[in-house]
Amino acid sequence: MNFWTFISQNRLEIADLTLEHLWMVGISTLLALVVGIPLGILISRRHALRKPVIAFANIVQTIPSLALFGFLLPAPWIGARATRLAILALMLYALLPLIRNTYAGITGVDRAVIQAARGMGLTEWQLLFKVQMPLAASVILAGVRVAIVISIGLATIAAAIGAGGLGELIFRGLAMVNNSVILAGAIPAALMALAADTLLGWLEKRFTPQRAD
Amino acid sequence: MSMAPQSPRSESVIEFRDVEYASGGRKILCALNLAINGGEILVLLGRSGSGKTTALKLVNRLLTVSRGEIRVDGRDVKDWDVIKLRRHIGYAIQDVGLFPHYTVERNIGLILSLERWDKEKIYARVQELLRLAGLNPDLAARYPNQLSGGQRQRVGVARALAADPPILLMDEPFGALDPLTRADLQREFLSLQRKLQKAVLFVTHDLHEALRLGSRIALLEAGKLVAVGSPEEFLGSSDPLVKKYVEAFGSLEEARGKK
Repeated sequence: MNFWTFISQNRLEIADLTLEHLWMVGISTLLALVVGIPLGILISRRHALRKPVIAFANIVQTIPSLALFGFLLPAPWIGARATRLAILALMLYALLPLIRNTYAGITGVDRAVIQAARGMGLTEWQLLFKVQMPLAASVILAGVRVAIVISIGLATIAAAIGAGGLGELIFRGLAMVNNSVILAGAIPAALMALAADTLLGWLEKRFTPQRAD
Repeated sequence: MSMAPQSPRSESVIEFRDVEYASGGRKILCALNLAINGGEILVLLGRSGSGKTTALKLVNRLLTVSRGEIRVDGRDVKDWDVIKLRRHIGYAIQDVGLFPHYTVERNIGLILSLERWDKEKIYARVQELLRLAGLNPDLAARYPNQLSGGQRQRVGVARALAADPPILLMDEPFGALDPLTRADLQREFLSLQRKLQKAVLFVTHDLHEALRLGSRIALLEAGKLVAVGSPEEFLGSSDPLVKKYVEAFGSLEEARGKK
């Protein structure tokens, strides 16, 4: 069967799977933002916590994705639905770039700026939200960009545990030894990653603070 | 050298009482006694590592006194709400530390907006401060990276003066400027001070700057106060450390003369 005819005959299913894929990536990224950015902020203020938190995120990153899906299978509530499980796993993978970039962005703010801000009487919250976060925004966004692109790729593997998404076409194609089917899953996923990368790259540029030359 | 006579009426605004500061087992300041009065510029002079910047940071509690106390307006800084204390004190540093993501106007007006001034009042105050600091009010819309080094430092001083604090702490504010710009800023700062009559604690290692700006000069060496006095007293002092410091600058002049 020709690639184009497969696409046109199955466009509804492909659109469905694309939406499913987007949903998994979107929700997991949102959760990772909600957890990762505060953790990054926390370790920039409590240096004792930096090593254990980064170590945890690093370890998660080293677990092969299939194995992580497997590990999480027996978990209560989470394990009951494949999508939940996939979302949790994707979230865990997205944590490292978010935590690390938030930390790097905040600690990378010019020390003179921080000293001046404290010296003129900003509270710690004002320092964080008026100075550190705006100046770290582009670095944090770079982390979000990496996290999303990785997530879109990894989410294809979630099909192995029946979570759906574009990976389903890829696995089906592999089983059928049919390249058209594999490509029908792989190409939309790749396009999605490219689109996310471009969009976030543009945001990142917009948020790059003006630097003294 | 004797202490400079203090006018009996002026009450000291900042007072160091037996102040000691240690960090990591090392004493950086010890037994520092010093009083700064309203309307005077007290210059803390000393070489790198003498503890002058530390002394400054103890006043606005960027660092905390290990022993002894510092009084601001007669009250121990430990008893002040730290944010209130800092907003009561203007602070200008060598690297300026302007907020790169804010315009000049927001940089200068930030504290005022945090103090909930209304917009028109902030705008008017920023315009006033720009003029006071010798800047064109048109610069208000610029970002720090669009300014020259001298302009940035002027904005830094304007920002320190924003809420009209009675006290100014200045940590080598003109140290990174070229000699001509520095001389301009020193001259303007002196005339500004004549109008504003703040209590200024000014840190520098530059004897010429100290002599030009200081109502009194206090020499620090290895965390200890060597001498305090007016510029004339300072130059005429027989204290060996003061002499050494003055001679170091004198020989610099000679070296220039020989060329």
